[in-house]
Amino acid sequence: MPASGSKSAQDFAVMARGVEKSFGTVKVLKGVDLAVEYGKVACILGPSGSGKSTFLRCMNHLERIDKGLLQVGGQLVGYRQHAGRLYEMKQGEVARQRADIGMVFQSFNLFPHMTVLQNIIEAPVGVKKVDRKQAIDEAMQLLAKVGLTAKAASYPRTLSGGQQQRVAIARALAMKPKLMLFDEPTSALDPELVGEVLNVMRGLAQDGMTMIVVTHEIGFAREVGDMVVFMDEGVVVEQGSPDDLFTNTKSSRARAFLSKVL
Amino acid sequence: MTDAADWSADRDVEQMPVVPLRHHGRWLAAVVLLVVLAGLIVSMITNPRFKWDIVLQYLFDDAIISGLLMTIWLTVAAMAIGIVLGTAIALMRISANPVLASVASGYLWIFRGTPLLVQLIFWFNLSALYPQITVGLPFGPSLGTFDANYFITVYVAALLGLGLNEGAYMSEIVRSGLNSVPVGQREAAEALGMSSFRVMWRIILPQAMRVIIPPTGNQLIGMLKTTSLVSVIALQELLYSAQLIYTANFQTMPLLIVASIWYLVLTTVLSIGQYFLERHFGRSDRRTAAVRADDADDNPAEAAREG
Ligand SMILES: Nc1ncnc2c1ncn2[C@@H]1O[C@H](COP(=O)(O)OP(=O)(O)O)[C@@H](O)[C@H]1O
Ligand SMILES: [Mg+2]
Repeated sequence: MPASGSKSAQDFAVMARGVEKSFGTVKVLKGVDLAVEYGKVACILGPSGSGKSTFLRCMNHLERIDKGLLQVGGQLVGYRQHAGRLYEMKQGEVARQRADIGMVFQSFNLFPHMTVLQNIIEAPVGVKKVDRKQAIDEAMQLLAKVGLTAKAASYPRTLSGGQQQRVAIARALAMKPKLMLFDEPTSALDPELVGEVLNVMRGLAQDGMTMIVVTHEIGFAREVGDMVVFMDEGVVVEQGSPDDLFTNTKSSRARAFLSKVL
Repeated sequence: MTDAADWSADRDVEQMPVVPLRHHGRWLAAVVLLVVLAGLIVSMITNPRFKWDIVLQYLFDDAIISGLLMTIWLTVAAMAIGIVLGTAIALMRISANPVLASVASGYLWIFRGTPLLVQLIFWFNLSALYPQITVGLPFGPSLGTFDANYFITVYVAALLGLGLNEGAYMSEIVRSGLNSVPVGQREAAEALGMSSFRVMWRIILPQAMRVIIPPTGNQLIGMLKTTSLVSVIALQELLYSAQLIYTANFQTMPLLIVASIWYLVLTTVLSIGQYFLERHFGRSDRRTAAVRADDADDNPAEAAREG
C-alpha cells in the first residue's frame, strides 16, 4: 500500500474529517474520521446506538451533517463550494449525487406494489432515462448475478427475506453506483438466509466494488473487509486491517465489544 | 399410569358425538325482532296513509328524475373538488414549508369547525353579493331553462359549500394514507436518486391508495346524502324536487318515500361498488415478510397512530 501522503482526494471514495451530527440536543456523531479508497471494502462494527447508521446515511445525504468535512467521490456531500462559501445543494443536485451511491437497508425496503423487475428498472428508467428495453436487459443480468432470474415477475411479498435483500442489492446496482453502502444487510434475516446475501456481497467485493458495510458478521468482516472500523459513542475508536484489529485489538472498548460478539 | 391407557381414553373421546352449544338467547332475540319487523311491514302495506299508489305515480316523475340527476352530478362534482383539494391540503400539511402547513391547518380548522349548513348559507349569500364570482367555473350542460344568473349562483354556492367542506375531510384521509407508507419506502426511493415529485407519484401515492380508497368510498356515500342539505338554498336536487311537489299537493309522506327510495337505490349501488374496490385494494398483501416488529419505521400502523 502506498503511503497515504501521496494520495489525492480523488483516490478516496469516501473521506470524512471531524463529521458531527446531532438530533435535537443529542450529539450522535462527535467528530468521525474515515477514509476509504476506491475498490476497498470497509466494514464498520460497533455497539447499537453508536452512530453507524447515522454516519452511513450522512454519506448519501439522508441525514445532513452539522459540522466537518464529508466527501464522496471527491465531492462534498450536499454542498457546493464556491468563492470561499458552502452553498446547500438544490434537490436535483442531491438526487444526482445519490444516484451514484447505492444503499442497501436492513429492512430491504423493496417497493411492494412493483414486481422484482419493476423494482430494479424503476430508477434507471425514471431517473437516468435509460431506454426501457436496455434497462430490462441489464436488470435480468443483475438478477442472474444474484441468482433470482426466476423471480423477475414476482412481487416482493412472495420472496423470502434473503431473496428480498438480494433483489434490493440488484436494485441498487442497476444505477451503476461507484459506491455501495450496506446498513446491517443481514440483521433482519433468519440465520439460514444470511449466507446467500453475504455470498452476493462477497462476489461484489471480488468484482472490485467499493463497499462500506455496517455489520455484526465478524466472519464476513475478517474475510472480505480490507479495513475494519470500530465505532463507539459517535467516534471511530479504532481502525485497521482485519488481522490487526481482530488479533491485536488496542482499545479496551473494542476489546470489550469483540469479546461479546465473537 | 401407562401410555396405552391414555391412548384408549383419547380414542373414546374421539368417537363421541359433538353437541353444539345452543344459543337460546339468540333465538329469542331473532324471533322478537322478526315479529316486530313483520308488524311494521304489515302496517306499512295496510295503512292507507302511506299512499303507495302516489309513491308509484311520482317515482319516475320528470321533476324527480331531473332532481335525481342533479343529486348525482352534485355528488360527483363535489367529491372531485374534495379529492383534488384534499390531496393538495394533505401535501401542504406534511410539507416542510411552515406557511403552507399553517394555511392548511387553518383551512381544516375553519371547514371542519363550522356546520356545513352554515357554510352553504354563507356561500349562497356571498355569491348573491358577487355574481361575477361564477366566471370560469365549469357547469353541466342543458340547464338553460332557469334564469342563468340566479341558477349559477345557487350552483356555485352548493359546489363551494360541499366541495370545500369535503376537501377538509378528504385531506385527513389522504394524510393518513400517506402516513401509512413506511418511512423506509421514501428513503429507499431517495437513495436511488429519485426527485421528491417522483418519490411521491411513483412510490408513496400508489401505496397510500390502499388506505385512502376505502374511506373515500364512505365519503362518497355520505356526500350523496349530504347533497340534500343544498335544498335549503333552493337548488333542485332530489329532496328539493320532492319538496316542491309536496308543497303543491300536500302529499308529504309519499314524496319523502319517493326520495328515500332513490337515495337507497344509489347508496346500495355505491356500497356494492365499494365492496369490490375494497376487495381489490385489500391490505393483507402489503406487509413485507421479514419486517421486524420493534422497528417503528417499518410499522405502518404505528406510524399512522403517531401522525
Ligand atoms: N432520526 C433520528 N432522530 C432522533 N434520534 C435519532 C435518529 N436517528 C438516530 N437517532 C439516535 O442516534 C443514535 C445513533 O443511532 P444509529 O446511528 O442508528 O446507531 P447504530 O446504527 O450504530 O445503532 C441513537 O441513540 C438513536 O436513537
Ligand atoms: Mg443501525
